[in-house]
Amino acid sequence: MVKYITKRLVLMILTIFIIASLTFFLMHAIPGSPFNEERGTNETVQANLEEHYHLDEPLLVQYFIYMKSVVTFDFGPSIKQPTETVNDLLGRGFPISAELGIISIVVAVISGIILGVFAALRHNGIIDYMAMAFAVLGISIPNFVLATLLIQKFAVDWDVLPAATWSSPMHMILPTIALATGPMAIIARLTRSSMIETLTQDYIKTAHAKGLKPWKIVIKHALKNALMPVVTIMGTLLAGVLTGTFVIEKIFAIPGMGKYFVESINQRDYPVIMGTTVFYSAFLIGMLFLVDIAYGLLDPRIKLHKEGGE
Amino acid sequence: MEKILEVNDLHVSFQTYGGEVKAVRGVSFDLHKGETLAIVGESGCGKSVTANSIMKLIPSPPGKIANGSIYFKGRDLTRLSEKAIRDIRGVDISMIFQDPMTALNPTLTIGNQLTEGIKQHQNITSKEAKTKAIDMLNLVGIPNPEERMKQYPHQFSGGMRQRIVIAMALICEPELLIADEPTTALDVTIQAQILQLFNKIQQETGVSIILITHDLGVVAKIADRIAVMYAGKVIEVGTRKEIFYTPQHPYTQGLLNSVPRLDKRKEKLVPIDGTPPDLFAPPQGCPFTARCPKAMEVCGKVYPIHSELSNTHEVDCWLQDERAKQHIAT
Repeated sequence: MVKYITKRLVLMILTIFIIASLTFFLMHAIPGSPFNEERGTNETVQANLEEHYHLDEPLLVQYFIYMKSVVTFDFGPSIKQPTETVNDLLGRGFPISAELGIISIVVAVISGIILGVFAALRHNGIIDYMAMAFAVLGISIPNFVLATLLIQKFAVDWDVLPAATWSSPMHMILPTIALATGPMAIIARLTRSSMIETLTQDYIKTAHAKGLKPWKIVIKHALKNALMPVVTIMGTLLAGVLTGTFVIEKIFAIPGMGKYFVESINQRDYPVIMGTTVFYSAFLIGMLFLVDIAYGLLDPRIKLHKEGGE
Repeated sequence: MEKILEVNDLHVSFQTYGGEVKAVRGVSFDLHKGETLAIVGESGCGKSVTANSIMKLIPSPPGKIANGSIYFKGRDLTRLSEKAIRDIRGVDISMIFQDPMTALNPTLTIGNQLTEGIKQHQNITSKEAKTKAIDMLNLVGIPNPEERMKQYPHQFSGGMRQRIVIAMALICEPELLIADEPTTALDVTIQAQILQLFNKIQQETGVSIILITHDLGVVAKIADRIAVMYAGKVIEVGTRKEIFYTPQHPYTQGLLNSVPRLDKRKEKLVPIDGTPPDLFAPPQGCPFTARCPKAMEVCGKVYPIHSELSNTHEVDCWLQDERAKQHIAT
């Protein structure tokens, strides 16, 4: 186990290194610089600014300076908001984004599984059809459309929930619904089909033959096996929710990381782009790693490491 | 001997898109204490459905016990509520399924799966349940039971898993054990071991066994009595000796002729031609008529009379009719 984790950690660092390098060269391949839009700055000022941020150096030198900042995780101040460092921005924006993301994914997983299980237990019944119709809607409606609709209905027409910002639990309801509906629908459909299959397995019949209570059979014997495919797509869903936060934060004016991420690219704010990209990729890779570990815990047949002699 | 199970005129049917399949059409048999009854027949003759009906494990819908009664120690199981039947499952009646590779949950340790039944049905501590499970594993011949309790099904071979399944079925000391083709998925040497185990268990615990199989070799080894099923009906029932030495129904005779024998040299195997009838629309008369070498005109029209040849030997066949006997004699 320790060997496996070490191996995975080395691979993770390698992946982050590749992502960081690619981002760097891609960003510098885009024409323009942070100071393009600054009107009224003369050439001397421009040159001084570029020198200050090492933008006049050859690309390779900039790359090494940048890599150093990645390794030390100190990206320096933002070019556009020089009073704040990238780490400040991350420290302020990430907790909010994480809150939105985690609440959404938790809501999506719990409600998706419950919906899927009930649909499977009432296979081909009215609950099943309703749940699956709902799931198809959830998958097909993009989150930004849903977000706008929710604001229109709940905030404008009925005036029951606040339309924007992130200041109280009430404010969290609409963004969470907007972000969680898509993943929830995917999880519900997947749970349903895998649950239906699991319920026809022989060991479920064995459990019935033991005289166990039906709910116990569903939870103890069926659900654990049925959740394997759900765990498999959790990685992809996490990535989806993560990128989804950018859009949702924009729509609901939530001061999370998404704002900085999108703005920094438009403004060629190199330190912020690099900082947020590296941070996000590290976060996502870490999550995928946890998903793999969870896989091994759920199904004893999956060995995370090769055992000698068995 | 005391009768512990009495099945009377059991009808089970399944609703499908194609119509109603009458899988079991009036099956009656009984079982005495400590006895092994084998139900034999080819695939699709309704033997597994009969067995599952006793435990009420028929998926419903589409399945339904349409008629008949199943008396177990004086109670009609077909009339019991779902909750009442749960208290019988695993406690009074246990079941073993065909494929040990899939009958155990791959994500739970076998210790967990062994003890969950007894914990549900008896007021017992985890430690007592564990001791009981270890005793059971010892009984079925699993070495190092204490270590093995912590392992998962994939860490056992097929034969070992079937032993675990048997241990699981026996842990609450049931009075009736239904084994649905318990040796079909195992290779021959393991089959013999499992059959020996059945004998041993029956001697030690006095459990009655209903053995569902299509393997007459298995039947010859452990059955006391044999019921032969065809197209949802029991067409002949008798002691092992009666069925093997004086089979009366042409189908039983056909079955026995299609088994390879070591004691008769150069004898050809005689298969039974044709296929069983369609149970969407079972024939009016004897269902075997179309394949029967001795079929008479009456066979296709009217279901045969039920004849009792001895206290134990019963057969449904027109050949038992006095007129048919006279005709053959002349």
